[in-house]
Amino acid sequence: MKTWFKSGSPWIWMTAGTVSVALIAVLGLIALIAWRGLSFFWPAAIHEFHFSDQERQVLIGEIYDREQIPVTRLVDAGVDISHIDGEFVTRYLVKVGNREFVPLDFTWILEPDIVRQETPKDLVMLERARNGNFYGYLEDVLENGQTVVQDPAAIRSVLRERMRRALQLRDEGLSIQRGPIASINYQLEQLRLDRRRLELRGEYSDEAEAELQRQEELLREEYRAVEQELFAIRADMERDQVVMRDMRGERVTFSMSLVLDATWANDMNLLQKWGYFFKQIGKFVTEDPRESNTEGGVFPAIFGTVFMVLLMSVIVTPFGVIAAIYLHEYAGKNNITRMIRIAVINLAGVPSIVYGVFGLGFFVYMVGGTLDQIFYPESLPNPTFGTPGVLWSALTLAILTLPVVIVSTEEGLSRIPSTVREGSLALGATKAETIWRIILPMASPAIMTGLILAVARAAGEVAPLMLVGVVKSAPTLPVDGNFPFFHLDRKFMHLGFHIYDVGFQSPNVEAARPLVYATSLLLITVIVGLNLTAIGVRNRLREKFRSLEH
Amino acid sequence: MAGSQTASNFSAGKLRLIKDRAARFGVTLGGGMVLIALLLIFFYLLYVVLPIFRPASITPLESYALPSQGTTTVALGMEARAEVGYRLTAEGDIEFFNLRTLDQDRQAGQVLKSERVSAETVTAFARSHQGNGDYVYAVAGGRVLIMRPDYRITYPNDVRLVEPEIRYPYGQTPLQLDPEGRDIRKLAFERDGDTLMLAALLADDTLMVARLVGRQNMLTRAFQWSTQRGVVNWRNGAQSARIEQLLLTPNLRQLFVQSAGTQQRVHVIDTRDVQNPVLQQTIPFASQLGRISAMTLLAGHSSLMVGHQSGHISQWFEVSSDGHREYVNVRNFNAGTAVEQLIPEQYRRSFYALTAAGDVAVFHTTSSRHLFQGQPGGLQLSHAVVGPRANHMLAQQGEELHVLTLRNEHPEVSWHGLWGQIWYENYDEPSYTWQSTSGSDDFEPKFSLVPISFGTIKAAFYAMLIAVPIGLAAAVYTAYFMTPSLRKVVKPTIEIMEALPTVILGFLAGLWLAPLVESHLPGFITFLLLLPLTIILAAFLWHLLPENIRNYVTDARAAMLLIPVVIFVGWLSFSLSPLIELMFFGGDMRDYLTNTLGINFDQRNALVVGIAMGFAVIPTIFSIAEDAVFSVPKHLSNGSLALGATEWQTLTRVVLLTASPGIFSAVMMGLGRAVGETMIVLMATGNTPIMDWNIFEGMRTLSANIAVEMPESEVGSTHYRILFLAAFVLFIFTFAFNTVAEFVRQRLRDKYSSL
Repeated sequence: MKTWFKSGSPWIWMTAGTVSVALIAVLGLIALIAWRGLSFFWPAAIHEFHFSDQERQVLIGEIYDREQIPVTRLVDAGVDISHIDGEFVTRYLVKVGNREFVPLDFTWILEPDIVRQETPKDLVMLERARNGNFYGYLEDVLENGQTVVQDPAAIRSVLRERMRRALQLRDEGLSIQRGPIASINYQLEQLRLDRRRLELRGEYSDEAEAELQRQEELLREEYRAVEQELFAIRADMERDQVVMRDMRGERVTFSMSLVLDATWANDMNLLQKWGYFFKQIGKFVTEDPRESNTEGGVFPAIFGTVFMVLLMSVIVTPFGVIAAIYLHEYAGKNNITRMIRIAVINLAGVPSIVYGVFGLGFFVYMVGGTLDQIFYPESLPNPTFGTPGVLWSALTLAILTLPVVIVSTEEGLSRIPSTVREGSLALGATKAETIWRIILPMASPAIMTGLILAVARAAGEVAPLMLVGVVKSAPTLPVDGNFPFFHLDRKFMHLGFHIYDVGFQSPNVEAARPLVYATSLLLITVIVGLNLTAIGVRNRLREKFRSLEH
Repeated sequence: MAGSQTASNFSAGKLRLIKDRAARFGVTLGGGMVLIALLLIFFYLLYVVLPIFRPASITPLESYALPSQGTTTVALGMEARAEVGYRLTAEGDIEFFNLRTLDQDRQAGQVLKSERVSAETVTAFARSHQGNGDYVYAVAGGRVLIMRPDYRITYPNDVRLVEPEIRYPYGQTPLQLDPEGRDIRKLAFERDGDTLMLAALLADDTLMVARLVGRQNMLTRAFQWSTQRGVVNWRNGAQSARIEQLLLTPNLRQLFVQSAGTQQRVHVIDTRDVQNPVLQQTIPFASQLGRISAMTLLAGHSSLMVGHQSGHISQWFEVSSDGHREYVNVRNFNAGTAVEQLIPEQYRRSFYALTAAGDVAVFHTTSSRHLFQGQPGGLQLSHAVVGPRANHMLAQQGEELHVLTLRNEHPEVSWHGLWGQIWYENYDEPSYTWQSTSGSDDFEPKFSLVPISFGTIKAAFYAMLIAVPIGLAAAVYTAYFMTPSLRKVVKPTIEIMEALPTVILGFLAGLWLAPLVESHLPGFITFLLLLPLTIILAAFLWHLLPENIRNYVTDARAAMLLIPVVIFVGWLSFSLSPLIELMFFGGDMRDYLTNTLGINFDQRNALVVGIAMGFAVIPTIFSIAEDAVFSVPKHLSNGSLALGATEWQTLTRVVLLTASPGIFSAVMMGLGRAVGETMIVLMATGNTPIMDWNIFEGMRTLSANIAVEMPESEVGSTHYRILFLAAFVLFIFTFAFNTVAEFVRQRLRDKYSSL
């Protein structure tokens, strides 16, 4: 035993243990997020619990969580435990939905209280545009207050058909709101700014005013027509109603325009469940958020993240590559080079929040404020570029990710054998030509790697963005159909910030938690995917040059 | 023919040469951009931060003759934007004039309105605090007249026009303060809504306090007053003393009576029960300080400032000790020569002292800063007032009025104020406090960077406590013991952790780990204790295995072997957790900690942050340390092994020593990352700026503080600049760590290349 200890073998095993811990931590974390995130899309069984209690006899909902707690904790909380045996008790967290009818849409129940628990096939979960999910039994479908269900057996298909109609109208309404109405509002705002611009330049005259008013009147006219159309669609949406019976046994009627989807989760076979699963994933990535981000999809956040990251790539790539070329091809062994190297290391090490502070002060207030005074005096005091926006976010993150691109590109450059350079120079090419024609094409996978890593870093960075342009809910995307199409001054939504905002700032964290896991899964998939791609590209590059060397 | 070709070749060659030069220049410039970017960040942060340490300046702007010569000024004042000023005289006149020249029609000093407020002889005069802006003239027969200068502001043609007017909120006929009609010799006044409080020294030396509660008749708009009066017995043994000055607090609860006799004293009178005012405290002043020559309340009305003939100025506020509250001398200032007038600012804790030598001295109490001293423009000012926005000063010199521009933007900050212990108003003792904002305008901001720097260090400490052992040990094993094929998989897997967005780690820490730690605290602790024991046990069991199996599954594969062991230990301790809790901690460990051990427990605490941030730092440390260990030349370790050392001996005596600079650099880099990390701390702690090493309590770090407060701070304000300072501190911290780490790494590289 003593000799065994002396051999150092236990210590080797200890170090091995830390590797296992680290591995378990990484894989466990990814597995946890994947499991929780994916189960958000899987159709959960809807349970009906029966109690012996007088005040609540039936509870309908999804089981959200279960845990074992010591009975003593219940005693401390003042719960009557006369009917409970043993020292531990299982309790369930049940999502009961029906937010407007019950005080809390989540409730804890104790297992011993349950008399009977079943999953009736008729239980339906309605996804609604307001107030979250509704759980209950489908009773009737109405048109203008009259029932349209002739055959009770076909009630589900009637509901689906009416729902489809309402959804179609809803889409039409939305496209009018986002298309013509948004465009008219934008043009009206432009006219207001035109007038102000004329005033500032001293070119304002009665003729100009008459022309502006004529255009405004035209736009208003158009607006009224579109508005009529929209109102007609909205009125049409209210035609149908759905009648439900909830867990209190009461009949509840609400408009079909609120119903987005109906799911009989207990009456699905495996194939249907998978179908539902993929449909939900599709909806998650393509739909807009609802109910202050706690429901619906994350499309604007995906769009904002991608747009910002692309913008950043456009900025960071040339600078990063040029700096790397300088460091590897041109720089002599002098103090300036050494200082630049230290600058690169430090740019990589400076906390991201410091970049946020710098971006806010320098880009937003100083550069943006100056731009506003020069180019957009007509909209002052409302800032155009003098306020956080997507351009400033991209610029800030470009500085933040600059070292990533530099380091990766430089590594690629150093892998190119010097014989290649010498060969090119010997054939009479200038240094610039050698770099442009020979070195850069060979280093392009390395540049690609750097760019991918930079994108992965930028996509996950939140702290600086909180200061320079990200918002919890942006009314418009940074790209739309109004000239000049790319609106770099707009604020945007971001997946990482979405996680922070929904997980920590939303009023109903419990309800939003699965959505946060799903968003995290999406983000992690993108980032880990990007990183693996970068590693793959890098390894291929290494193999390629290894063969070149021999 | 040939010649022209040569020429074209030559010109093409020249063009190529020019292109080459241009490329060289452009690339060099591009490379320099990196350095410029870093310098830009550094200097921009500095540029925003520096103004907070700038002293105040006072420069003359305008001067003009008094509107009415030969009269005595009792008060000066100005409108919020310092466009119109006014002067009240002892004769009972008010004069409004243009304070500054705004345009051709509005010249400085031009009298806008002049009116006699009181036709009768004025016996005393008093004013309320600046926020109310009331003035009171006492006239013969123990009566008082309350008036208020007011402005009607209009915007004809988008030009701000201020039209002064005089308001008598309680009528133009004086109110009868003393029913017996004695003349008032000295007066103090404050108003809270329509409740007035007056303290008056009457002709027969009686000190009377009176509270008048007014109720307005809705129809006639006349006031009906219910009045309570009381006589103050302030002497407390000082029979020969006489009253010099009276001062009321705006909350109508206290009266300060300054008396001069054999000794200089300030008596604090509790006036909550007006009919029976109580002497609460008597503050004696040392005689070498000289006569008390000025007394005022600071903004916020908690601090009493007392100025002396010797130039000594002392600050006093109430501190509770042994269950009762008492005025305590908190700090002192010195204006050089006799203090003639003390002028507080309306919102901040700055004050201005005019001295007998004609100097203006500017101080700030919280930061103990002496911001200015001297005679601006050579003027010897006597009577002065500071505008509500503290950017203009109106003062009198002889028969002239002077308007001075005041630049005193960031008096709240001093080196001592940021890093030292400060005694704040309403605090019982000096403390390190960060509290930047509050609901009220005249709140005393508390900008101590100590608690948030402490939080940063605490968070980094617990993170490093977890990350350094795991990161380094894992690096050593991976680089030195692991089979190359396994290493190829393990290294990128651990390194991918670095790419995980910290917002996800923070979210998991706050919403998954924190509740888990809270409910399974005993399990966590058991896991930490059990894990090393089990690993050693596993190693021993493996050691007992027959040789041929051991040769197949070598040390090099131990990490894989241990994965199920670690998972099992984790599962075991967590499932045992409720049982342990029940057996040792009465079913609820959290409750036990709080009630039995007296340790505070926050759900989002340093333990959670340590684990989550440790997790984020592990890959940084692992990656650099692994490279360092791996690049130790093989002939060194082979030599050691050949001389008979065991693997472990070789590792500790040869490999680690050689790689130590790299390991040091890894730890530094990790520390740099832990110090600056924002999202994890923001989400996994309660963000309360407390100073306590307790692992079960939260903290607020510099970075989280910036993220929380930056969006709501006003651009250019002191708060904004201090947040920039916090960013600057972070920048310098990490700059130091990274630069040192880089230098060490460079040295290491040079050393290996020689080996």
